[in-house]
Amino acid sequence: MNLISITNSVLAVLLAPLMFGIINRTKAIFAGRTGQPLLQTYYDISKLFKKGAVYSSTTTWVFLAGPLVGFAAVIAATVFIPFGGLPALFAFKGDFVVLAYFLGLARFMTVLSALDTGSSFEGMGASREVTFSALAEPAFLIGLAAVAKYTGHISLSPMLTGIDSVSWGHAAPALALISLAFFVVLLSENCRIPVDDPNTHLELTMIHEVMVLDHSGPDFAFILYGATLKLWLLGSILIGIIVPVHSGILLLDIVSSLLGMLALAVVIGIIESIMARLRLLHVPQLLLGATALSILALVLVSR
Amino acid sequence: MSKLQSLQIYNCEVSELSKIPVIPISDFRDWIIKAAQSGCRISALFGKPLDKNRVRLFAVLANDEAGTLFLSSADVEESYPSLTAECPQAHWFEREIAEQWAITPVGHPWLKPIRFHSSCRKGQDAFGRKPEDKIIPGITNFFQLTGEEIHEVAVGPVHAGIIEPGHFRFQCNGEDVFNLEISLGYQHRGIEVALIGGPNKRTIHYMETAAGDTTIGHAAAYCQIFEALCDCNVSARAQSLRAIALELERLANHTGDLGALAGDVGYLPTASFCGRIRGDFLNMTALICGNRFGRGLICPGGTGFDLEEKHLTELKGRLAKAAKDITVAVNLLWSTPSVVARFEETGTLTQKTCADLGLVGVIARACGIDRDCRFNFPSGIYQFAQVPVSTWHTGDVFARAYVRWLEIQKSLAFINNQMETLPQRHAAVPLDTLSPEKIVVSLVEGWRGEICHVALTGSDGRFSHYKIVDPSFHNWMGLSMALRDQQISDFPLCNKSFNLSYCGHDL
Repeated sequence: MNLISITNSVLAVLLAPLMFGIINRTKAIFAGRTGQPLLQTYYDISKLFKKGAVYSSTTTWVFLAGPLVGFAAVIAATVFIPFGGLPALFAFKGDFVVLAYFLGLARFMTVLSALDTGSSFEGMGASREVTFSALAEPAFLIGLAAVAKYTGHISLSPMLTGIDSVSWGHAAPALALISLAFFVVLLSENCRIPVDDPNTHLELTMIHEVMVLDHSGPDFAFILYGATLKLWLLGSILIGIIVPVHSGILLLDIVSSLLGMLALAVVIGIIESIMARLRLLHVPQLLLGATALSILALVLVSR
Repeated sequence: MSKLQSLQIYNCEVSELSKIPVIPISDFRDWIIKAAQSGCRISALFGKPLDKNRVRLFAVLANDEAGTLFLSSADVEESYPSLTAECPQAHWFEREIAEQWAITPVGHPWLKPIRFHSSCRKGQDAFGRKPEDKIIPGITNFFQLTGEEIHEVAVGPVHAGIIEPGHFRFQCNGEDVFNLEISLGYQHRGIEVALIGGPNKRTIHYMETAAGDTTIGHAAAYCQIFEALCDCNVSARAQSLRAIALELERLANHTGDLGALAGDVGYLPTASFCGRIRGDFLNMTALICGNRFGRGLICPGGTGFDLEEKHLTELKGRLAKAAKDITVAVNLLWSTPSVVARFEETGTLTQKTCADLGLVGVIARACGIDRDCRFNFPSGIYQFAQVPVSTWHTGDVFARAYVRWLEIQKSLAFINNQMETLPQRHAAVPLDTLSPEKIVVSLVEGWRGEICHVALTGSDGRFSHYKIVDPSFHNWMGLSMALRDQQISDFPLCNKSFNLSYCGHDL
């Protein structure tokens, strides 16, 4: 355990909400608008923490526990993520499976608390969420398996530090496929276009947003904060592969990774600006496609 | 069509009330059913009380190809055999008659209130409700499916967006919709009842607010009635200005709709640009009359405002700029595969369903039906300056969006043309009193579709009855049918592609 690695978690907690701000600013520029402040998500979170919460009389403790456990699980997951050359705070064999299931736990609690409301909207959202995440999971895990196979490690930190510019020289196809698959997973897991539309007000078309309709105040702040962290987590893994700067100079490594995250947010914003979201029926095809890419990558590195 | 059964008139033609044949209800029924089978459609079907026990049913059938209207009537007391089973387009009209006049259409397959108010014949009720019962919109039985896998989704009347209230009840199997039932009436204000005894100072304001986004359309339909009954000719300049206003209203709303459709599929650029350009078009109406929705622009006898030379030049400039912007913004839609993929084969209506239900406006034209009052029943300046009918054949969301775009282009060309040839000499014509014992039907192609107003005058030259049929009244059933076997997640998109009026329906 390397204590300086706590920096990873600190960076995540501090900067994750900024990602949303950058995405929104990119979209605003494309739409010819000024857009909301870059720090709007921070303002929203702090505003929500100051508010009271409203609870429906049909809900139980599950509804209360959902946002808290969800947030706790995502925060806990930050300690397994290496970032900018720094290994993760906790690294052990098979830690990527733990990471995947911390995220799974967060989703599980969100789904349970959605079902707890008894609302037909939230039920539909929950059903969509679990369907799509069940399809995204193989893409994610098989992709990680391919990285593990390539680097010969089964712990996230050596896996990601094991990739450098040299790897891109001789295993570019496999790494590109994995990156693409992870990017699709990232879009799907973070309810971005083309899978979900984070801006829509139409309950019937929502996936993630509709599950959290009944949450308010601090509960909703936890959900919003959790969502930004989730984007940060999956983004750091993707950037760890795409921007493998391991110069040994800590500052340089971290700054280049941060620039990578910035670019990622801009790319997400551009995608949301230039394409419509998919018909719900076609989302599984996209996720199966991502799984196929991961499998192909695994085949390529196993040759 | 036998002369004895019906009276043939044209749009805005005044005719003696006594000339409308009163035929036995069985003949009336057969006449409507046969006419509907031979391609006519019901423009209006309504009741007017004769005395305490009897109600006279009037039907206005439209023959689009010939551009003629047929009127007939029949007297009924408490009930009559329903038309709906044989003529589905009568469905909503018969429910309206049952609700307003407590007349039961016997054998109606789905007899329910549509606006949830008590009958206008005191003490009588077609649904067996007692006079002291409180009537609350949406509290009724809904069509239901049963089964382990079926779930019901209720949406509204309070919605997430800034839209009007309406209740939607879906019967779903997972994500698939078996049936959507639409329940309205939350916006019922009693406009038709308030119009009786008019015209008076308030009448024009009722018309302008019957459906706020169709201010020009409804006001124009009413003014045509007023002018026909006074036998006055409106100046060519006023006619031309009215048409410009009507087309500006169409431009603003079609642009808004295309933007909203883009927004519903998460396509940002067109959504943002169209939202702004819609405002530009609204501001052009404001340039003419000071109100973005055209309130006060159209008045009986002419227009409330003239278009001054400097405003005309300004309008030309603004229109040219907006035309350029809208072309870029909308063409982005057709050149983005993910948008087209989303629009195509979503919410498809077949041409047969559309014809059976007697749908009007953009929805009908998007099913490949040539149905446009500006072309079929031209009035005012449209008698001299035609707007080509825009149709598309696929009947899906794409078709409804594309027809809107085609109409935007035609409207822009039309307005430019009118501004070039704007007749001189603006004169509001002094209006006489209305001639008594007459009936007039006025059809105007509003941006949603055919707006039908029917006025009957009494012996005192005042409205003894006034019927408003907003295009939404015809088309809500179409939305319900378009949703069959669709994904419930596509409902907002389908709904937006129809973009029907709640208050225009509820009146």
